[in-house]
Amino acid sequence: MSFTSTSAPPVERGWYKRNEIAITPWLFLFPAMLFFAVYVIIPIGQSFWISFHQWDGLGEATWVGTDNYERLLTDDRKFTTSFWNNLKWLVLYLLAIPMGLFISLFLNQTVFGIRLYKSLFFFPFVISQVVVGLVFSWFYLPREGLLNAVLALFGAGPVNILGDPTMATYGIIAAGLWPQTAYCMILYLTGLNAVDPEQVEAARLDGARGWKMLWFVILPQLKPATFIAFVVTIIGALRSFDLISVMTNGGPFGSTRVLSFYMFEESLSEFGFRMGYGAAIAVVLFFIMLGFIVYFLWSMYQDEKGGH
Amino acid sequence: MHSILKTSLAALTAAGIATSAHAEAHALSGDLKIISDMSNPAPRAVIEGLVADFGEMHPDLNIELTVVDREAWKTQIRNALGANPPDVVNWYAANRMGPYVEAGLFEDISDMYENGDLPGLESVKGAMTLDGKQWGVPYTYYQWGIYYREDIFNELGLSEPATFEEELANCEKIVASGRACYAIGTKFLWTAGGWFDYLNMRTNGFDFHMQLARGEVEWTDDRVRETFANWRKIIDMGGYIADHQSYSWQEALNFMTDGEAAAYLIGNFAVPPLREAGLTDDQIDFYQFPTIADVPQGEDAPTDTFHIPSGAANKDNARAFLQFVTSAEVQTAINGGDALGQLPVNAESSVDADEFLEQGFEMLSNNAQGGVAQFFDRDFPAEMASVGMEGLQEFMVFPDNLDDILERLEDARQRIYQ
Repeated sequence: MSFTSTSAPPVERGWYKRNEIAITPWLFLFPAMLFFAVYVIIPIGQSFWISFHQWDGLGEATWVGTDNYERLLTDDRKFTTSFWNNLKWLVLYLLAIPMGLFISLFLNQTVFGIRLYKSLFFFPFVISQVVVGLVFSWFYLPREGLLNAVLALFGAGPVNILGDPTMATYGIIAAGLWPQTAYCMILYLTGLNAVDPEQVEAARLDGARGWKMLWFVILPQLKPATFIAFVVTIIGALRSFDLISVMTNGGPFGSTRVLSFYMFEESLSEFGFRMGYGAAIAVVLFFIMLGFIVYFLWSMYQDEKGGH
Repeated sequence: MHSILKTSLAALTAAGIATSAHAEAHALSGDLKIISDMSNPAPRAVIEGLVADFGEMHPDLNIELTVVDREAWKTQIRNALGANPPDVVNWYAANRMGPYVEAGLFEDISDMYENGDLPGLESVKGAMTLDGKQWGVPYTYYQWGIYYREDIFNELGLSEPATFEEELANCEKIVASGRACYAIGTKFLWTAGGWFDYLNMRTNGFDFHMQLARGEVEWTDDRVRETFANWRKIIDMGGYIADHQSYSWQEALNFMTDGEAAAYLIGNFAVPPLREAGLTDDQIDFYQFPTIADVPQGEDAPTDTFHIPSGAANKDNARAFLQFVTSAEVQTAINGGDALGQLPVNAESSVDADEFLEQGFEMLSNNAQGGVAQFFDRDFPAEMASVGMEGLQEFMVFPDNLDDILERLEDARQRIYQ
């Protein structure tokens, strides 16, 4: 700020006034940038830094170079299990998109009380993930669970889904799909409101119906909704922490761990004193997420370019 | 770190001599900040009562008590000990103190033990000792052992087994009657640690068990395999309830109350829920884990503790509080059946007249010549405990994976104790 006296004739305008157009956007951006830096950028840097150390979170940290990564990527079976579980989550969680689409098509009609039906279908997304996890773990209970009661009706033997290392992850993903399908459904319902009735009419005159109508007329118009559904589902799959924590606590014998849970377990849980190792897992997870984020940003950028 | 310890030790002895000798006689003033993990209903009433009584003795003392959820405290303690720590905190004995002692976050109070400020605590001193110094005081402990359905045993004509053969013979009859011998819930892993502790202490002795805990023995050692071979006998005869990996220890209690399982290797804390579930004292009883090899019996008796963070602001007040909590009368009162319902740590206190407390006290005083261990997750370093308990759970479900499990544990041992 320069000192312009009020009595002097305003020959020279203030520094701010002269640069107003250039400065103002940055002023508005400044708080957001500050918080983004303090809470996101700097911690990412710190995680990278910690991942090169051996540190119990209490005493002194010792520099170990890339030891943590070498161990992680060469002979850590927990890491391998977690990584594959993450992939299972990513692939199977995408089922929420077609399921959500199907339900939204089914509910997109005007009959009496449709609002009530819609809200009932949306309900699982409103309740907390912890509650979803609890409900499903009761559902899966080996003896008293509803699932086994139903199976018994068909004469099928009792299964202990969450106690079986080969099935537990799928059991948790199924629980996660329940709220995620509801989320995709609501996205598609809003998308369907924006479908152009004239195009549908025109397609009908041309004889399109059923699957053809859906595939060539409706779905292309739902592309923005599909994109958002894809983004939120991928993000949802990567933050599957709470369901795992509630339903199996990573077990049985660590077979349901994913990277985020493993990271928590190594560094922050009751017996976790390996901050450096946890940070290394966090860095790996960060790069996996970065891949998706770059893809999302890139496709949004392409869209913007096409739009103008 | 060494120098920090030395200087703090010197400062402490100076302060300790000046104040703590007759701390109880003088009225204290100033502040006392306590963070406690005694959040369950009965322990909460105890800590609140302790604070009220201590406040009455020292009217000028301003006591601030924060009670934190017991499970949450296990992770929160790190942050609490860092900046602006309280004056007194709760924690656990033995190796569970390790990370905080090494980081210099707990105050060394060896001088209190030396100069007679803590009369009657000589026998429990060992559990509070790391690196030859004492880092806190215990306030309660409890026995582990086999709690069983007396009525089922009577029905099948069984008696309390003293040896492992008798145990297995009993178990065969129980399984034949359509029940499981033992209830257990391993969802949160640590209950499996109890079984390993006992089988290993009985097969190879207390000293071997402690060597293993200190990382001096390989997990692939034949003696360790022998322990697992004994364990496998029970697993193979169907001794444990099915699907135990899906239950918590509380959920598994139902099997015992429903009469589907005849016994449960657990700590004395299981008695109140069993009584609440409607079992009378005629239906439940207790026996010491039977002997296997001819070795002195070691027992698990986990101890809960109070500590002074090294960064505490009111250490003199904190020391007086520790003295108060461990004094004979207070110990008798807070461990009574109407309070914690556990065993007092002070040798001059009296044990409440309760079937299980009396048996447990008798067992620990006269029948644990091998030594008293804390528990798998307190004797083994944190990381070893977490890897270990996961392996134990896997063994209980898939005993055939033993070789793989032991190799994994050995790998972890070599990394952790280096």
